[in-house]
Amino acid sequence: MTLNKQSNIYTVIYIVVMVVVVGTALALTAMTLKPIQSRNVSADKMKQILASVHVTPEKDVIADFNSLIVEQYIIDSNGNKVEGNAFDVDVASQVKLDETERQLPVFVCQLPEDGSLKYILPMYGAGLWGPIWGYVAVNGDGKTIYGAYFAHQGETPGLGAEIEKPAFSDQFNGKSLFSDDRFVPVAVLKKGLKPSEGQEYVDAISGGTITSTGVSNMIANSLSPYQQFLKTLND
Amino acid sequence: MAEKINNRSALLNPFSKENPVIVQILGICSVLAVTAKLEPAIVMGISVTAVLAFSNVIISLLRNTIPTNIRIIVQLVVVAGLVVIVDQLLKAFAYDASKQLSVFIGLIITNCILMGRLEAFAMANKPWPSFLDGVGNGIGYGIILVIVGFIRELFGSGTLLGYQVIPQAAYEAGYVNNGLMILPPMALIVVACIIWVHRSGNKELQEN
Amino acid sequence: MENLNLFIRSIFVDNMIFAYFLGMCSFLAVSKNVKTAFGLGIAVTFMLVITLPINYLLETYVLRAGALKWLGAEFADVDLSFLSLIMFIAVIASMTQLVEMTVEKYSPSLYSSLGIFLPLIAVNCAILGGSLFMQQRGFDSILTAGCAGAGWGLGWLLAICAIAAIRERLAQYSNIPAPLRGTGITFIVTALMGIAFMSFLGIKI
Repeated sequence: MTLNKQSNIYTVIYIVVMVVVVGTALALTAMTLKPIQSRNVSADKMKQILASVHVTPEKDVIADFNSLIVEQYIIDSNGNKVEGNAFDVDVASQVKLDETERQLPVFVCQLPEDGSLKYILPMYGAGLWGPIWGYVAVNGDGKTIYGAYFAHQGETPGLGAEIEKPAFSDQFNGKSLFSDDRFVPVAVLKKGLKPSEGQEYVDAISGGTITSTGVSNMIANSLSPYQQFLKTLND
Repeated sequence: MAEKINNRSALLNPFSKENPVIVQILGICSVLAVTAKLEPAIVMGISVTAVLAFSNVIISLLRNTIPTNIRIIVQLVVVAGLVVIVDQLLKAFAYDASKQLSVFIGLIITNCILMGRLEAFAMANKPWPSFLDGVGNGIGYGIILVIVGFIRELFGSGTLLGYQVIPQAAYEAGYVNNGLMILPPMALIVVACIIWVHRSGNKELQEN
Repeated sequence: MENLNLFIRSIFVDNMIFAYFLGMCSFLAVSKNVKTAFGLGIAVTFMLVITLPINYLLETYVLRAGALKWLGAEFADVDLSFLSLIMFIAVIASMTQLVEMTVEKYSPSLYSSLGIFLPLIAVNCAILGGSLFMQQRGFDSILTAGCAGAGWGLGWLLAICAIAAIRERLAQYSNIPAPLRGTGITFIVTALMGIAFMSFLGIKI
């Protein structure tokens, strides 16, 4: 019997076989590679968190992370600890909620040099083309910034994308988040401009105005629910 | 469209005379999007070559069994399956590169080079020539990608593969990176210049 | 308001051709005269408006990690996101086929003007690109997905018609160096248009 390649039955059987074969192959690949991928994703996140305290892990990110980050917990906007795993909190969905409803992760890092504690807080916001995010490390006094790290998904290379360079993020070192016990987020302003409310500021990236404004808004929006927590650190 | 050609020309023609990008004008989208830096351009070139070679072989093996009316869907499914595998492999073993390429790995599926070669070559030829044709076209595509990536990264950022190439002294003497090079429109202009040079040497390709 | 803003942004700022350079293959092949360019542009817009919401539903209720929760608690951990590429392209390819058949049956006149473009669309990167951007940006409602689709489609239409109009004149009146004729000069014109479109960056409603 010769097969009639144009018949409907043949076509349907062909499709079914193809779907099963391709489906199995993909499922197998996805399952085998899943552990390595999730490891990569968390290692990448750890690397970014450590970048905010100026630590560049050399070989084993996960080991470095586990030895430097001495504690991680989730707090609410009143500064009380709540249940949960800080590392798994999806900051992207949290920043859309009302401040009082957010779960706020805190990573506590102990620096090997002097044993001082730094509190690393995640941020998430929108740039020109897509999301931007970052981490800010606050000193033990709960007031001044020790270091910052920013990343982006697809900002214009050479312009907005410069936010991920140390030349931009190092400007934040030593800036204060409070003035007279009032929370005033660090602003990102065009060179030559002065902020209206006397808060601390850094220079924006020339040609990357919208991304810079995005960074400014992201800092204000993401860090403001941490006010209470930061104040308690100070006391 | 189903030309029978020998193995050697199947592999070598796409390098210049039948280059998929600058002669057949296929797969332009990714050329423009991923060439701001050299490294993603290379990863992209390798990924496309791999997908193209294997999908050509698979379609060529299946060519006598595929029902004509669902031909396009079968081709798409094979390509999409391979692309997903490449995407998963990159995520597992070259995470940084996959982060940079983001959606453009997925867009390999609709890279016209793939569908074009499957229709024009693999559907009519045996697996081995099809494999060579796939590799040839993939490399032909990769070459253009690398040239564009090289020019854009060198003049746009002063680096190559992330290493500073243009010496600090040049900057002190007043040299500035050409920021325009990094923006996507410049990729089009660079490709246009490559076409210009290439067609000056190959008069038979010129259009009226 | 959000959606209107997104719609306008998708046309001008996030323009598929001038900002992302997606769908270039058919763009370069079909932009020789305005009439056919318009036909293809309409077809692309139509497919984007249809496929984006469908893929949005797929993404939200089937593919995303934990999306199968509505089937019962035991499905809450299922992550099918590795299938998203293949599902999106399958939806696009089958919708193209479906639309082609429907149009052929009910409106032969429309079919004769659009028909030849429809098969081209399954492999138009702009359509798949739309779905992938939708997934990457995590749109929050089906309406948002529809608006973005319409905006991207119209932006593509605008771009291809503009370039086609320029190419018609170029072919008649300009003396272009022989090696640059056709493809080369179209690349350069598109690049210049792309730079011009950058001035729309940052518009907000």
